[in-house]
Amino acid sequence: MVEAAHWTVTDGQIEAAVAAAHEGISFEGFELLHVDDGYRLTVPGVKNSETLTESTLRERLASIPGAVTNWHYWTDLDVSDANYAFLRWLENARGEQIPPPNDRYELLVEGLERHWGDLLITTTIEEDGTRRYSLRHQADATMPDDELAGYDDPLAAQRLAKEDDDGRYRPLKTAPTLQTGWHFPGCSAPELLEVVSFFYPATVTNWYAESIGELDVTHWSETTARQTGIYDVTAELPEEAVDWAVEACCVDSQCLKRREWEYDEKTAIDVPAGEGEFPCREPCSLLIAAARKWSLIEAEETEPMTLELTQSERDQFEELLDAVAEGNADEIREADVGDGANRYRARYLRAKLREKGMLFDE
Amino acid sequence: MSEPSQALVVAGHGSHLNPESSTPIFEHANRIRKQDVFDEVREAFWKEEPAFREVLRTLDSDEIYVVPAFMSNGYFTNRVIPRELRIADGWEPETNGHVHYGEPVGTHDSMTDVIIQRAETVTANPSVGNGTGLAVVGHGTERHEDSDASTKAHAAAIRARDRFDEVRALFMDEPPYIDDVTDHFETEDIVVVPLFVADGYHTREDIPEDMGLTDDYRDGYDIPTTIDGHRIWYSGAVGTEPLLADVILQRAAEAGARIGQSRTKRATKPTPGV
Repeated sequence: MVEAAHWTVTDGQIEAAVAAAHEGISFEGFELLHVDDGYRLTVPGVKNSETLTESTLRERLASIPGAVTNWHYWTDLDVSDANYAFLRWLENARGEQIPPPNDRYELLVEGLERHWGDLLITTTIEEDGTRRYSLRHQADATMPDDELAGYDDPLAAQRLAKEDDDGRYRPLKTAPTLQTGWHFPGCSAPELLEVVSFFYPATVTNWYAESIGELDVTHWSETTARQTGIYDVTAELPEEAVDWAVEACCVDSQCLKRREWEYDEKTAIDVPAGEGEFPCREPCSLLIAAARKWSLIEAEETEPMTLELTQSERDQFEELLDAVAEGNADEIREADVGDGANRYRARYLRAKLREKGMLFDE
Repeated sequence: MSEPSQALVVAGHGSHLNPESSTPIFEHANRIRKQDVFDEVREAFWKEEPAFREVLRTLDSDEIYVVPAFMSNGYFTNRVIPRELRIADGWEPETNGHVHYGEPVGTHDSMTDVIIQRAETVTANPSVGNGTGLAVVGHGTERHEDSDASTKAHAAAIRARDRFDEVRALFMDEPPYIDDVTDHFETEDIVVVPLFVADGYHTREDIPEDMGLTDDYRDGYDIPTTIDGHRIWYSGAVGTEPLLADVILQRAAEAGARIGQSRTKRATKPTPGV
């Protein structure tokens, strides 16, 4: 056992344990119960059936800091069930096979890392069992602390979440465009939870609901049916177009949530749901706003249109579409005329098609 | 027995395009967080996250007070927000907490003071009024009858105080229009306060260009700018005034929130299961 070497039980923790013994403690193998003639104490890996006096109990408790501080930390937390479960998950202490506290304590000394979207969250432990949480972008995993901007105030996350690395506004919090270059070096549990809520709102709540089998999913048809005003038209987007909309907006390259909703209860959407840790339970406002545009486009009649193009020009249209769709247009080098989405190539094609009266003809 | 825990939700519109649209919502919520009167304070949005639809589930309090940071009663406050929170008829609320839905900030009587405060701030004159005209500018729309009501009510309330020489309610999308602001005033100095929550497209681009402060908003404008012999003191959105946080608190209090004292720590919960 790692006991005593690193951790110290505080007087307050001993008091709390003795007081709690009257109702009984049973937490991760640490068991303590007040009985008529004293106290019964059990700790992981140690069988003990003797009854202890209160003064002996206090000595014993001081000698098992791992069990006592671990119990105290998790019992003293005043957080919601979802947040509690999330904090447990951060140190792999959730689920069927919970590693005993002492094994976790060894890992926590080094720092236990978990990923939540683009966040890298590292849990460490203080002498009295209190956890500290540090956060940074996972792309900054190996970045020395002093090369990152450090923040203590959770409210700083509101601003960090707003813009990407290029200073562009992020209308979708769970887009994989979180800016890099910052860290929160030492959050308490409530601070950590607040930071996470600003970066990825409602993700912990929905993840927890899913984990206990209570996630309420609202499918596309239900969400669009309740829209009013300028968005009521979204209910008219054809079924096959919903697949295209989802491919456009909801795949992992665009959003870190894992899509759990479908077209309706019986009709699946034929697009990968994604690998994300946290679920998406309903089409978001950004998708609905885009779907409004697509509904209006799909409501137009199609008609045959003729463009006379060389094979290379046809290929170029595909390259242009790809570059914009993948967000790569900015990366194409100035003189890389081999790429169909190169600016000079695009300008040339535009000039030619305008001159020939095939496009841009007003 | 400890008092029930309470949460505040500040419900704003938000934007997919303009990063500053939600800034006043965050700033007012943060001011209220610092006062420590609520166990939880949360922003919620129509266009940003957390969405109205998902905000209640993120809260753990017994009593939840929702205050719309909107400037008038109308489509959003009457229809969209109640529907998305699922507190409207026909929906099942999805929280164990008790939801109290407040009136919007913009229709509160004390918004009158916020408008005047805004006029003082932009003129750097704490006693501004004498010899000065005040235009309260609303969005207005001919599609919704009540949309101009709060703008007109605040203009009337300020007029009744006899502080400014002239007070007018003007609008972007219905008459009397803000475009001809100088036609509506005799006074040389005119303070223009838009009754908007945030500075965005309307307050930064439309209204300055409509009034003729600038031909192109990107070039900026002076405060004051002289137009047709009138000096125009354009304040930007009233919703950015820090005092608005107090109006949010008043709306929450009217809905039943205890805002008199700092919260007491909640009773420690029994150890939750894993």
